[in-house]
Amino acid sequence: MLIPCPQCGPRDIREFTCKGHETYMHRPSPAAPPEAWDDHLHNRDNPAGPTREMWHHVAGCGAWLVVERNTVTHAVTGAMLAREVAR
Amino acid sequence: MRVSSTWQGESAASVTFTFNGQRVTGRAGDTVASALLANDIRLVGRSFKYHRPRGILTAGSEEPNALVTVGTGPDRMPNVRATVQEIYQGLEVVSQNHIGPLHRDLMAVNDVLHPFLGAGFYYKTFMWPRSFWERVYEPLIRRAAGLGALSGEAGGATSEKAYAFCDVLVIGAGITGIMAALTAAEAGADVILAEDAMVAGGQTGPQDGQIGDLAAGDWSQTRLDQLRAIPNVRVMLRTAVTGVYDDGSFAALERTGLHLPPGPDLPRETFWRIRAKQAVLATGALERPIAFPGNDRPGIMMTSAIATYAERFGVVPGRRIAVFATCDHAHRTIAALARQQGFSKLTVIDPRPDAVALGDYRLIAGAEVIGTRGRLGLREITIRKGGTEQRLEADCLGLSGGWNPSVHLTCHLGARPVWDEARAMFLPAPGAVPGLHPAGACNGTLSVAGCLREGQAAALTALRAMGRKPRAPALPDASDDPGRGRTLWAVAAKGRAWLDFANDVTTKDVKQAAQEGFTSVEHMKRYTTQGMAPDQGKSSNIGALAILADATGRTISTTGTTTFRPPFVPVTLKAMGAGAEGKGFAPERLTTSHAATLARGAPMIEAGLWYRPSYFPAKGETTWQQSCDREVRMVRATVGVVDVSTLGKIEIMGQDAGAFLDFLYTNTFSTLPVGRARYGLMLREDGHVMDDGTSARLAPEHFVMTTTTAAAGQVMAHMEFTAQALRPDLDVRFLSVTEQWAQFSVAGPLSRELMNSVLDDPIDDTAFPFMGCGAVKVHGIPARLFRISFSGERAYEIAVPARYGDALYRDLVARAEVLGGGAYGMEALNVLRLEKGFITHAEIHGRVTAFDIGMQGMLSGKKDFIGKAAAGRPGLLDPARERLVGLKPVDPDGVLTAGARLFKPEDPPEARNDQGYVTSVGQSPNLGHMIALAFLRHGPEREGHEIMMIDALRGIRTKVEVVPPVFFDREGGRARG
Repeated sequence: MLIPCPQCGPRDIREFTCKGHETYMHRPSPAAPPEAWDDHLHNRDNPAGPTREMWHHVAGCGAWLVVERNTVTHAVTGAMLAREVAR
Repeated sequence: MRVSSTWQGESAASVTFTFNGQRVTGRAGDTVASALLANDIRLVGRSFKYHRPRGILTAGSEEPNALVTVGTGPDRMPNVRATVQEIYQGLEVVSQNHIGPLHRDLMAVNDVLHPFLGAGFYYKTFMWPRSFWERVYEPLIRRAAGLGALSGEAGGATSEKAYAFCDVLVIGAGITGIMAALTAAEAGADVILAEDAMVAGGQTGPQDGQIGDLAAGDWSQTRLDQLRAIPNVRVMLRTAVTGVYDDGSFAALERTGLHLPPGPDLPRETFWRIRAKQAVLATGALERPIAFPGNDRPGIMMTSAIATYAERFGVVPGRRIAVFATCDHAHRTIAALARQQGFSKLTVIDPRPDAVALGDYRLIAGAEVIGTRGRLGLREITIRKGGTEQRLEADCLGLSGGWNPSVHLTCHLGARPVWDEARAMFLPAPGAVPGLHPAGACNGTLSVAGCLREGQAAALTALRAMGRKPRAPALPDASDDPGRGRTLWAVAAKGRAWLDFANDVTTKDVKQAAQEGFTSVEHMKRYTTQGMAPDQGKSSNIGALAILADATGRTISTTGTTTFRPPFVPVTLKAMGAGAEGKGFAPERLTTSHAATLARGAPMIEAGLWYRPSYFPAKGETTWQQSCDREVRMVRATVGVVDVSTLGKIEIMGQDAGAFLDFLYTNTFSTLPVGRARYGLMLREDGHVMDDGTSARLAPEHFVMTTTTAAAGQVMAHMEFTAQALRPDLDVRFLSVTEQWAQFSVAGPLSRELMNSVLDDPIDDTAFPFMGCGAVKVHGIPARLFRISFSGERAYEIAVPARYGDALYRDLVARAEVLGGGAYGMEALNVLRLEKGFITHAEIHGRVTAFDIGMQGMLSGKKDFIGKAAAGRPGLLDPARERLVGLKPVDPDGVLTAGARLFKPEDPPEARNDQGYVTSVGQSPNLGHMIALAFLRHGPEREGHEIMMIDALRGIRTKVEVVPPVFFDREGGRARG
């Protein structure tokens, strides 16, 4: 698989580690009810198709990315800097 | 029988090797198979299950029969295909799967017992009695199972891994692949042409007439020579593309040195990872055998193999050759062979009544082969024509049942091939692999002109996909007639007809599987073991499928195929894991004090990838415990030096550096004064402890954080995530400087005295109080000094740029020795921290909370931080949780062990009564008994109670008392000074 790192260009998957679904970067407020934190920490869909995941270019520029990919075809359709998605 | 002594037009040198200890002479360029055939050796091995005599079926990597073991010692390799292994002077080859000599295999009794050994035999026979499973059946089965054997020795010649990149990867150097490579190369693309065999040309030969003004058999080599001269082309012979992965990623295995005598710096194999923008699949087709009774004897081989041995090696594999063929292509091949030396008595048996001889050979049309004779090699065949049978003397029988396109690689991303009823072939599914364009025989196109046309078209498609605008040069003239054929999977006749030669699967086995309900092709495969041998059923799967379809009354298309997975040919683990053997498995990280440490005779222990000293043996000490005890006492009494550079060190800068640390740590750092360090606790978002360490403020916008050795990488990734994905609002930058700074801990009552002997400006407790930090100079070198302690003694950590580490370490240890101290290692460090109840990753192992380790008070109520919400969940604050305590044996001589479980003394030691577990133990020379840290249900509430520690693994039971986790200097006065 190739991941198009916005800073480095298309790079081999072995330069990256995957943290999991994009959910990780949408942190509930400290005062959010337990259900919201439960969802944030534990509950994930297992989509057959498009999904958005957090990938770390750990053997590259160090950027965290939000990668859009298809779990069925493995097609990577986009990657954005997490820093920019978060803003 | 050898009829020509030239190799690729040149006379070839003779080469001697051994087969089962017997000297065999071949010539340069031979495979083991061609050399054996040249010496009229037909019996090469025994089949897996029935131990039937077997010979050579093919001339390529699809070979199911002729599997041999080559090489000696650690380089011995089993299950090597004799049709692929090239000979060299001194090569040692032995046959496999027999007890006693190859021609008198004792296990051949299995063949007599075959009525009892059909499909599913294992599942039906080895069921009862149950008590026999492990004691009788398993040893029996294990002994019979497996083909060939590894030497069991480590070492041997090395292999390599390598990476390659190109615009267009062309897989296969037959005429299709060569045409594709030429087209792509002429358009200026970077081309890799990979070919499994040692020569180009594939199956094209004299039977294919002319290509342009060249003989078809010569065209490929001529064009290959042209390709080699083009700088943007890389030709890789002896290289099988073994797997297709996402986004144009391919694996390939190159037999770099397997065809040469082992030598220094000559890798045996190279495992390639190739990244291609586009690819052309030109893997050709494999000739299809025909199932009929006795079709497995040595001497029976594919007609295309007969042609290859004749053309490529000058070898005629028999004196009386018959061919059982159902297609025109085989007739052309035989007609061409009939014109060659050594092929005088050729007979073709064709089931088509209207078949016409195309050359000088005898044709028996409308006939089938229904039987064979010859115990160790074919002697005679039985032919049935109409109602009558006749026998024909033959020592070689060619099989031609048509062609199976080599679609395997198109299926590696999950696509299934598509059955083409008209051509009776499985063809690649359209778009099966994005960017991979099948062409020629692997795409079902069998005519010469068709292959050239498709090779060019595939290359043009690939070039256009890359945004190029290539020209299409005129194609050379060639025959456009693919020939006709008839499908014949199996002859209707009595007797065992083989499908899978390697695993001894017959048509009867497949029919039986269907009868017993294993009608799915995947079930049939597993029940009969069809296609599960090293050859993965390359020549037999399609036939078995057709028999299954027939037995279940379905079409082939609805029956479907099994899944083709990588690798296409067997790949040795040695090649796939090249570079990762021994020390190559994990790189070594060495501290700057490594050489000085080794010079002092310290045994090293691994800490992740790092190497750290275990202890420093002194004169007269015979056990590690003696050294450890001395080092612990030394640090408590005078001064000790230990390298702590392996801890993670992260520089953090920016105007929001303090706020960033407040968010990372459970406690507050933004209020930390400059010149002070603070212990910090870091949680994961799920409320469990991730890591701990100190962070020091060197300037208002500059901190330096330390992490544990174990979690340095994880913490860095966590900080990156936090800064980029959660808090991009914060102005902060950070960088790991673990490798850049050498850091040593100087601990003990005399530590300040030692430090002042090396510092340019002496320090006192006002400038450097407990948890103070700041810039200093040591021997004129700018350094950082931190007054932090992991031993409970007054202690300093001095950090210098790594290039000064070796000199400073030697200097510090020498000065310490003058003061009555010295170097100490990890054993002593562990006891020192245990006496103080300081935790490591033995305690914060990922499943504990701040509450569990008694640090709930460090969770700030005034700010948000990672893990705060989750750490407040009631379940994580339950007093009944396993919580940190100290343990000491009731009897001072009692033994404590890490990993032991804890029970109430009155309870039986069963899992349901489990109360907790021991994490760390050590012998405290200061207390005179062992001490331990442990997690115990209700923990601190049980201080003063007696508990039973049980180590079932080592058979140890020790009564222990629960105590606070700090064993020594509970008030901490020694460290504060």
